[in-house]
Amino acid sequence: MLNKLTLTQAQAGLKNKDFSSQELVSACLEQIQKHDKKIHAFLHLNENALQEAKHIDTRLTSSSSTKPLAGLPIAVKDNFLTVGLPTTASSAVLAGYMPHYESLVTRKLKDAGAIIIGKTNMDAWAHGSSTETSDFGPTFNPWQTDHLPGGSSGGSAAAVAADMCLAAIGSETAGSIRQPAAWCGVTGFKPTYGRVSRFGVVAMASSTDSPGPLTKTAVDSALITQVIAGHDPQDATTSPQPVPNYIKHLTSKLPSLRIGLPKEYLEVMQPAAKPLVLQAIKHLEQLGHRVEDTSLIHPKYSIGVYTIVQRSEVSSNLARYDGIRYGHPRSTFGVEAMRRIMLGTYALSSGYYDQYYAKAQKVRTLIVKDFQQAFSKYDLLIDPPSPGPALKVGASTHDPMFGEMQDVLVEPSSIAGLTGISLPCGLINGLPVGFGLIGPQFSEDRLLSVAHQFQTSSDYHLLKPQL
Amino acid sequence: MDIKHVAALANLTLTSSQAKKLPPQFTQTLDTLAIINELDTQNVEPTSQVTGLINITRPDKIDPSRILSQASALSQAPRTHAGYFVVPSVLDAQ
Repeated sequence: MLNKLTLTQAQAGLKNKDFSSQELVSACLEQIQKHDKKIHAFLHLNENALQEAKHIDTRLTSSSSTKPLAGLPIAVKDNFLTVGLPTTASSAVLAGYMPHYESLVTRKLKDAGAIIIGKTNMDAWAHGSSTETSDFGPTFNPWQTDHLPGGSSGGSAAAVAADMCLAAIGSETAGSIRQPAAWCGVTGFKPTYGRVSRFGVVAMASSTDSPGPLTKTAVDSALITQVIAGHDPQDATTSPQPVPNYIKHLTSKLPSLRIGLPKEYLEVMQPAAKPLVLQAIKHLEQLGHRVEDTSLIHPKYSIGVYTIVQRSEVSSNLARYDGIRYGHPRSTFGVEAMRRIMLGTYALSSGYYDQYYAKAQKVRTLIVKDFQQAFSKYDLLIDPPSPGPALKVGASTHDPMFGEMQDVLVEPSSIAGLTGISLPCGLINGLPVGFGLIGPQFSEDRLLSVAHQFQTSSDYHLLKPQL
Repeated sequence: MDIKHVAALANLTLTSSQAKKLPPQFTQTLDTLAIINELDTQNVEPTSQVTGLINITRPDKIDPSRILSQASALSQAPRTHAGYFVVPSVLDAQ
């Protein structure tokens, strides 16, 4: 069952000639054929995947490839522009859209030899935390298909959890990588804002959008991030800071870290899920780290800030969809997109700008400074990505702010542009719960190292759904 | 919220059903957002971006690999005419 391998295991197997890339890709395609009817993780499959794999196999036999992701099948969220594959951001407005150019992330993946196996389902325009708002039908949680996978990278999370690919790419504006990772029991990594280029990613909130990996292990997250991170002249918000060797850092000995546990975050956890998070914290302590109670601005304020800033930026970013140069008319926007565009337009409009947008930007400063102060004392902070496990299908339809309410615990770190990770930490009633950590900007190496340490001394991340 | 005005600003058309269903949802949302007024932000500077980067420029040079050909640029348009995008009329006939 080659599709069950991690990137790292598959890499070793290919190098050792235990199997070929074609066999890896075939195994994933078979899994998709068997199970995706009931999960609906994918919107489009790459019909050339096997051909590309064959090409890689030829190159692998003739020379030792130094391409870091050579021959590895990876799924990509449908908001990344991929030339030759449709890109819709799960919206009817972009139904059938064939990209004019390639996103930086997928360009880098391809240059690294990866095989993009298909494009995954998401909340339309990434507006959500359920993948239920996709204009092409929801994705269902592989653990219990009457439950949601989370969102907006729900398709990517489900595809990884169901072993339909070896890893996937997602994006996070506030929670869209970490929350579906938690609900689907996979590892979700959000790099620092500006660490990975947004060039060619359908924009949601330009000041927080962060592309990143969803994988089976933290090592695999490091592998992908190593490839996709870095300065990009096509995205003026990317950092000129050099990308460290994340893989090298993983294997070096970690010092004992000081980790803060914000009591306000723990308060927001559902009672049933809290013990699993506390258990994960205990595990960190057993590994030699010091976890101390601390206090941060209550995340409930971040909901207000994030909703206003995000929806304002959304209203601007979605103004470009005019149905004239490409895509369908604005009348094809779904109702969630319309709500967000209108709320954002209102918050930016004359007479309301100061009360909403300007005020939100000032509270954003308070949150940024709050974290700066916390990180002057702590190396990392505990930040569970979701108050609890996956909710049932239909749950998102009752609350016009469902997405933002679900993401309460990840909005502070997203607003501040920090880096964060979601790690599986056990099951409740058969559904995964996610444990989370956040770090200051550009502390990816520290975060990935702790995550790797956590996973090499526990096996929550090895649990898989029964399909 | 004057929903018709906001819809016009956003270049969206509301169905009559939406024009009825959305206002209470907006009211609910705006009530939730009011919480940000509980925090004192006097003398606080706004944050519009968190990178700390300033004045990122690029050389004024053309990169031919990044230019879309006319054919490519027009390839997804619903209506074109002699190498142009066709747009809805914006000026009244009068």
